[in-house]
Amino acid sequence: MGGYGDVQLLRDDGKRLDGRALDELRPVTVEAGVLPAADGSARVTHGLNVAVVAVYGPMEAHPRKIQRQDRAVIDVRYNMAPFSTSDRIRPGFNRRSREISKVTADALESVVLVERFPRSKIRVEIEILAAEAGTRCVGITAAAVALADAGIPMRDLIVGVASGKIEDTVVLDLDKAEDNYGQADLPVGILPNTGEIAFLQMDGDLSPEEFDLAMEYNFKAAGEIHQIMVEALQRRYEGGEA
Amino acid sequence: MSQGQDGAEQRLVTPGMAVGPSTGKRAGSGVIAQNDAFIATRLGWLQELNNTVSVNPINATYMPRSGDLVVGVVAEVRNNLWFLNINGAFQGLLPMSLAPWKVEFGAARMHMDVGDVVLARVQEVDECHNVVLTMKGVGLRKLNQGAVLNVPVQHVERLRGPNNERLQQLRDMSDCRIMVGENGRVWVDGDNNAIAWSRNAIQRVASEGHKTNFDALMAELNTMNKGDA
Repeated sequence: MGGYGDVQLLRDDGKRLDGRALDELRPVTVEAGVLPAADGSARVTHGLNVAVVAVYGPMEAHPRKIQRQDRAVIDVRYNMAPFSTSDRIRPGFNRRSREISKVTADALESVVLVERFPRSKIRVEIEILAAEAGTRCVGITAAAVALADAGIPMRDLIVGVASGKIEDTVVLDLDKAEDNYGQADLPVGILPNTGEIAFLQMDGDLSPEEFDLAMEYNFKAAGEIHQIMVEALQRRYEGGEA
Repeated sequence: MSQGQDGAEQRLVTPGMAVGPSTGKRAGSGVIAQNDAFIATRLGWLQELNNTVSVNPINATYMPRSGDLVVGVVAEVRNNLWFLNINGAFQGLLPMSLAPWKVEFGAARMHMDVGDVVLARVQEVDECHNVVLTMKGVGLRKLNQGAVLNVPVQHVERLRGPNNERLQQLRDMSDCRIMVGENGRVWVDGDNNAIAWSRNAIQRVASEGHKTNFDALMAELNTMNKGDA
């Protein structure tokens, strides 16, 4: 963040380089139930990001030492495919994926009714197939749809969305150039029905006013993405009845 | 599940969705009360029966209850007990005192080893979800032949049909012995052709069980020749 003050990210007409307005999302698509082997799964595309998530469980937690007597543990593995960016990523866990796995697990734990399944484990595998800034948010959105698809009880869905600051202007949903050359990034996980925040990180600096505006953008976008998530889940079971 | 067919209009709800005020009503499974409103916690069909609001889940995990008949697979053997995979979040424990044989301490493996399949009943489930199984009872035994098929747990009731009618129909049509475990495992035994036919039929329950026209789809089975399986 910062240090690239001379890169132009806003056009003269006030729009962004890809033609979006300041508070406009990249196109989002959600599809539920894409992997037949998993208990629940989802694919989310968000701009050029593509994330596929598989959920397994609740299952017996192994090794036994990770079991919690009063609740389930959520085991998240976030991974970027080697081909997901223009530079090849060395396969396997690294510092960044470990961090994202942890914050995602913490965010999901606050919505999943983990106390219903003591001593068990819910496995969430997030695979980023293509990356263009904001993959942790896409991963959280996809994980929420996959968990719902797996029939795991949750208080609410959770939507991952980010705002940021470029050229001293607050904008919604940073793309790759804006993320690399912008001044701040504010990814959050929002519970769309209650408006609670399950996850928030900030990279760079925002003034209180800028922060408020960024959160306003995030909440508005979360509502839009939530609608797409609900439609995807309902579409999967069209023609069905209990 | 079957109540859905004769009930009023069905509504598909997703987790977190508000499903109406909670005053004067009770929250059933898949629903929690929050600030005088009911919130759905699972993806499924909303249902209101006897003043209780609940969600019929589209996907579910098997939650053992005492008295359930289950088909289990031996996952671990200890000196005096077996751990059985019962297709749920928790393994079931079968102590040697509840096995149908006289088992010497240390000789559990002589009777059943990892991978063996048994028909058992859930004896008790405590508040920590420890599941104790029993094989003492009529018909409970180790299954030495036949095939084990899977259906989603939430479709078990549909596979049975009202008063087990559909299950009986399947048994008659297939010439197979069929036992349906509450945990979504179905044991089928008969000659090879009959098992192949049953597998086809039961797979259809697994894939089409949530559909409105399920009964019509099952009726088609009558026309399905065993030679086609």
